[in-house]
Amino acid sequence: MTDTAMIASAGDGNAPVSPRSERISRLLQHHGALMVLLVLVVVGSVAFDSFATPGNAASIIVSSSFLAIIAIGMTFVIISGGIDLSVGSLYVLGGVLAAYGSQYGFAVALLLPLAVCGAVGLVQGLLIARAGMAPFIVTLAGLLGARGLMLAISDEGATTYLVEDAAFAALGQGSFLGLTYPVYIAIALALAGMVLLQRTGFGQNVYAIGGNEQAAALMGVPVARTKVWIYLMSGLLAGLAGALNAARLSSGVTILGIGLELDVIAAVVIGGTLLTGGAGGLTGTMAGVLLLGVIQSLINQVGTLTSAFQQVVSGAFLALVVIAQRLLGRAQRLS
Amino acid sequence: MAEATAASPRVDRARLRGWLQEYGVYAAVAALLLFNVLFTPHFVDAANVRTQLVQVAPIVIVSLGMALVIGTQGIDLSVGSVMALAAAVVVLYLGYGAVPAILMALLAGALVGAAGGSLVAYVGVQPIVATLALLVGMRGLANVLVPQLKEFRNPDLIALGSGSLAGVPFVVVAAVLLTALVAFLVRRTTFGRQLVAIGGNRAASELSGLPVKRVLLTVYVISGVLAAIAGVLATARLQASDPTSLGLFIELSAITAVVVGGTPLSGGRVRVLGTVMGALLMQLLSATLIKHNLPQSWTQMVQAGIILAAVYATRERGTR
Repeated sequence: MTDTAMIASAGDGNAPVSPRSERISRLLQHHGALMVLLVLVVVGSVAFDSFATPGNAASIIVSSSFLAIIAIGMTFVIISGGIDLSVGSLYVLGGVLAAYGSQYGFAVALLLPLAVCGAVGLVQGLLIARAGMAPFIVTLAGLLGARGLMLAISDEGATTYLVEDAAFAALGQGSFLGLTYPVYIAIALALAGMVLLQRTGFGQNVYAIGGNEQAAALMGVPVARTKVWIYLMSGLLAGLAGALNAARLSSGVTILGIGLELDVIAAVVIGGTLLTGGAGGLTGTMAGVLLLGVIQSLINQVGTLTSAFQQVVSGAFLALVVIAQRLLGRAQRLS
Repeated sequence: MAEATAASPRVDRARLRGWLQEYGVYAAVAALLLFNVLFTPHFVDAANVRTQLVQVAPIVIVSLGMALVIGTQGIDLSVGSVMALAAAVVVLYLGYGAVPAILMALLAGALVGAAGGSLVAYVGVQPIVATLALLVGMRGLANVLVPQLKEFRNPDLIALGSGSLAGVPFVVVAAVLLTALVAFLVRRTTFGRQLVAIGGNRAASELSGLPVKRVLLTVYVISGVLAAIAGVLATARLQASDPTSLGLFIELSAITAVVVGGTPLSGGRVRVLGTVMGALLMQLLSATLIKHNLPQSWTQMVQAGIILAAVYATRERGTR
């Protein structure tokens, strides 16, 4: 399945272009993250004996799966030209609600976080789509509001609810072929997201809105409805990731998720989705998520470097990626 | 006459909205002040006023830079990390004396601002990503430079944090002076005019020959330097360098202050006094809630509501 269909920028293809440089720059733009990922994996395997072990690979994949679930929603949001800063708070809120709900059984533990985080996403979507407010600021308020709600539920963060329901805990801890269930859930959701984005009218609408919102509205794309669905989905996925993480940790930890939205945005952008909207895809996002995980693992392997160093590397990497995106984009337009 | 009466409700609503956008923040600050004077014991004590002002000063200083950046239709997410970096640099160079150390910290802020500004102005990266990369990277760099909380005993720097001029803490004096400086910059200089013009319509500014790239770069440098000043002042007050948590989330407070103060996110307008009032409003709000024994969680939820209300009132054509 190709993930690079871009109806929004189809107009660029009309100009006479030199096919080879065009193809190379496109390839780099869309699969740059994947290539860097492969290079890093090879370098890591050569440099460190303990890097290319099944155990380490599994630990990278397992710890990336939660970020991946949130990044799926964020990819839709960013392709539509928006941004969702509330996902980090919703992730924590989802975890706390799941742990709190687990005393009433499996269904409540799973549905309570989905309902509340979905509702927050829905309200954000309505404010953005119907009231015409800027996504950046609406979701910034969502970040604060959801964090406040989480603190209110957990006695200002002092109470850590434990997961009471064994079946729910198994959802986060049980494993199949060496990988925990959240990994398979993330993969299934990513595949579903790819189908939704590439093979349905809804996905086409998302690209069209991100490419040119006015034009999309004139073409009869249901802009407002599509946007509401996008933010609802992003909220639901963040809540689900939080719930699964609570199941994995057996408790609703209240101090997680600070700055998580930035990691998610970084993963999506590194994966080749343009922040201006209209272009990008989920394979790139998944590569971006894994890339961040591999960078972290490599830095852990070096041992003497602290996690602070990892931030320096991811920041520099993000800057390099956006510069490359700009230059490649410019080359495409010039050629 | 009949037409006029028929049209008047709509006109009134538009007028009300304009009025809210212009003066809403002043009215809100006045209302909260009145409420506190009437219902909060010891609110007007000198000690309390002093505490509130000292707490709000770094946010005001950061918000001034943020207002300039938002005026150009940009955003600067890196300010909190620049504060942390300034805190780290200032203790690293403290061996050479307080003044060189502070200058090095401001230089670090200017360099980070220049990095973000060149990405935005010359490479054409969206401000949100360019400064996001700096947010992540500079916080990391600050932590690499100073891995844990580091106390210091330099008397000059400590005096800067806890001393006062005629009863007013230096930190507050600095915030007032910088506010005056930025207000002058925006209202009375060519640079200020150019900044607002670029935020209003970048393409038109470019066509009419304004030095768009240079102005953008300068705006981010100013924001970086202001954030570094805030970082140095906060460090001086703490009497310790704390790169891990200093300035964490201050970008959100600063953006809130700017937006609540009536500067539209769509650029083309900078309200300096409104921004200061926005910062004061948020500080007053959290102080009021705390003094009436409402928990932190409430403060955040109310803050969220106020941001939404402020943006709803000022929304016109904002896209992001």
